[in-house]
Amino acid sequence: MTKKLTIALAGNPNAGKTTLFNAITGARQHIANYPGVTVEKKSGRVTHRGYDIEVVDLPGTYSLTAYSLEEIVARDFLVKERPDLVVNIVDASNLDRNLYLTMQFEELGVPLLIALNMMDEAASRGIVIDVKALSGMLGVLVVPTVARSHQGIPELLNKVVELAEKSKQWNPGILSYGSDVDQSLQEIVTVIRKSQLYDKNYSSEWLALKSLEGDQQILSLIKSDEAASREIEAIRTKLYRHTLNTLDEEPEGIIADHRYGFIAGVTKKAVKRKIESRLNLSDRIDKVLTNRIVGPLLMMSVLYVLYEFTFWAGKTPVEWIGYFFGLLRELVAAFVPEGTLRSLMVSGVIDGVGGVFGFVPLIMFMFLAVAILEDSGYMARMAFMLDRVLRWFGLHGNSVMALLIGGGISGGCAVPGIMATRTLRDPKERIATLLVVPFMNCGAKLPIFGMLIAAFFATDQARMLFAFTLLSWGFALLAAKLIRSTVLKGPTTPFVMELPPYRLPTIRGLLIHTWERTWQYMKKAGTIILGVSIILWAMMTFPGLSQKELDRFESERLRIKADFLASPEVMGKIPNERALTDLDKLFSDYRKAAQKDPSAPKRVADHPLLPVVKEAHTLIEGAKDPGKRNESARPLASAYAEYRQMAVEIGNRENEAALEKTVAGRLGRFLERITGAIGFDYKVNIALVGGFVAKEVIVSTLGTAYSLGSVDPEEASRLAEKLKRDSRWTPLRAFTLILFTMLYVPCFATLVVIRKESSLKWVGFSVAFNLIVAYGISFAVYQGGKALGIGV
Amino acid sequence: MKKIIRMRDMADNQAGTIKKVSATGDMGRRLREMGLVRDTPIQIQGRAPLKDPVAIKLRDFVLTLRNREADHILVEVESSEP
Repeated sequence: MTKKLTIALAGNPNAGKTTLFNAITGARQHIANYPGVTVEKKSGRVTHRGYDIEVVDLPGTYSLTAYSLEEIVARDFLVKERPDLVVNIVDASNLDRNLYLTMQFEELGVPLLIALNMMDEAASRGIVIDVKALSGMLGVLVVPTVARSHQGIPELLNKVVELAEKSKQWNPGILSYGSDVDQSLQEIVTVIRKSQLYDKNYSSEWLALKSLEGDQQILSLIKSDEAASREIEAIRTKLYRHTLNTLDEEPEGIIADHRYGFIAGVTKKAVKRKIESRLNLSDRIDKVLTNRIVGPLLMMSVLYVLYEFTFWAGKTPVEWIGYFFGLLRELVAAFVPEGTLRSLMVSGVIDGVGGVFGFVPLIMFMFLAVAILEDSGYMARMAFMLDRVLRWFGLHGNSVMALLIGGGISGGCAVPGIMATRTLRDPKERIATLLVVPFMNCGAKLPIFGMLIAAFFATDQARMLFAFTLLSWGFALLAAKLIRSTVLKGPTTPFVMELPPYRLPTIRGLLIHTWERTWQYMKKAGTIILGVSIILWAMMTFPGLSQKELDRFESERLRIKADFLASPEVMGKIPNERALTDLDKLFSDYRKAAQKDPSAPKRVADHPLLPVVKEAHTLIEGAKDPGKRNESARPLASAYAEYRQMAVEIGNRENEAALEKTVAGRLGRFLERITGAIGFDYKVNIALVGGFVAKEVIVSTLGTAYSLGSVDPEEASRLAEKLKRDSRWTPLRAFTLILFTMLYVPCFATLVVIRKESSLKWVGFSVAFNLIVAYGISFAVYQGGKALGIGV
Repeated sequence: MKKIIRMRDMADNQAGTIKKVSATGDMGRRLREMGLVRDTPIQIQGRAPLKDPVAIKLRDFVLTLRNREADHILVEVESSEP
């Protein structure tokens, strides 16, 4: 029978907490949310000396006040879940400030163990720590570690087990905060002890201390006992007046001063500095990277390189995945008879999910890039450099993180982007940021952007995409300014942020980071998007054409077939329908081969009619190399080409008639009354309605709309080609559609997160606001473009 | 000669010792928990491209704050005048 233990990892941000967590638990991790909030709860397991240890990674905090969501979450976990032990990760190279949190754990009284991390970094800076002395003065066991290289991990786990075996009581260690504060503390403790507030979860000393610090959560807890609350309030006011008069300082300030005073006493004895290093390596790097002129230029270059890297690295795997889903499509076509089931599998499932999965490599490399920015410490510098700019738009330097992850460098995702807004403390700044994050070009928008850009702006694709990224930033910032000067008016909050030292990210950390986010994306593809694809497929398939209408198209088809077989060029060469079916098959084989290798389609079996097929292919596709033409095959080939095009045209008319009849078609037609002014027809409308649920669906739905029930499955794969040939599609229309997609409603998953992070009211606002902005801008661009004759 | 000035008015690379943090409420708490308390030595590390925020070095790490926040912090520095 193994014994169970729960330990919590806690510490400052950038102290190496995540690295230590990964080092302890390896790949055995589980991510969930703390109940009711979107702060991630990471936990993992490890077995050590017969103990099954659950390790909970608490959010990184600097303090245990009720100031931010993370701090409340961390505190509530400690108080309510009562872990067997708290492992406090302390950055040895930044001891003073890290110990400030340690002091608060001691005040709370949790069973504590210190992992003195980054001993190597401290040593390289000439900081020598007497671990024994430190441990003695703090009254806490200290284990030196270097989490990056797994040093000290077994020792740490040994101590964890040892401490857990001596069942430890909570033992609040309240310091002395000067005679005035100490006296008031005693008074409040007395009041609490005899009141109903006396609680086994919180020690009276801690409650008293927090009340003097003006902790809102504790003060409202105290309010539950009115009599005690009044007494405590009187003590607080008296102390406040007294210290302000005598020391020109609030009690809160005095308490902080004494904590740091105590820490200074500890480090004075336990820490020796060999060299007084004025500027360490990180500081020297900063002199360049945050330089007034070089800094911003480098930042732009870094972002641009990230783009290039993502697309360069993602290109080949994207092709592989496309090839894989192509194979799957062929396999289904080979084994499932034509009909509704095949249509569901190909148009509904494979195209829908394939369209999203095809995008996984790009997303993955983008997440990797973001992880590098985060883990190296550069992201914080970007926030530092951009804070002044963002503040002008009513945002905060830390909004950068959310905007970047949300798609500021294309390929992000609004869901983690909106989750990243929790680093913003002011609710107004936070909500303004999360409302504009969906304007960024997230990874889900890229397929439709990519397809339209490839079709209409083929000559400079990378630059076009970059331009759209800048546009999305522009729109997001202006929208933020608008929101912050109307519905969310208010001052900006402090920008008090640590610039962590530059660190080389660990491969393992990067991989875990990247994988977690990619996996979330893939789960979305496998669940929400699969479901939506099937629903949309059904909406675009049923009720469909009546038998009478189907018969009409069929008879039309039979007529042109008969006409073709009876024409003078064909008579005798193609004797009957079976020969025509053979010719059709030969033609598709040839075209398939020609697509794979345009120069020499060799793999097509030799056939007497091959020259005719070659010639007809040239006539239909247009020859890139009109060198050798086979004159003798000409008449038959041109008759066949003409017949083929007529057959395809009938098929298209039939598809369109069928689509218009369906539920989606009717809805799309109805919406044309509104979207006509921005150049969208019912097919685009259907796709955009699908995009409500997930933006990836837009491109696949458009593909389905243009291919559903297609006679020739080959044609479905080339949506871009089709749009290019369609005279109704102009560059202006494509441009407008890109803008509209960029701005209109957040996807379903994003709305769910907005709901979690704010309230239903903001979900409604987000939908309405984005639709209005998207329509307004698309209207201006489309009508303006038409009037000026640009891109028509 | 020593004199007391606002942190905002310190020059790049200038060093000094915090004498008073007059911010209250959330901002005061935040500044204090990050280690900006009386008698802490600091040095101006640099400023963002648009001169705001400012980066300061204290207690072995680098902290950034806006000029507006730096206004609440009084620092004792060596006076350049004799």
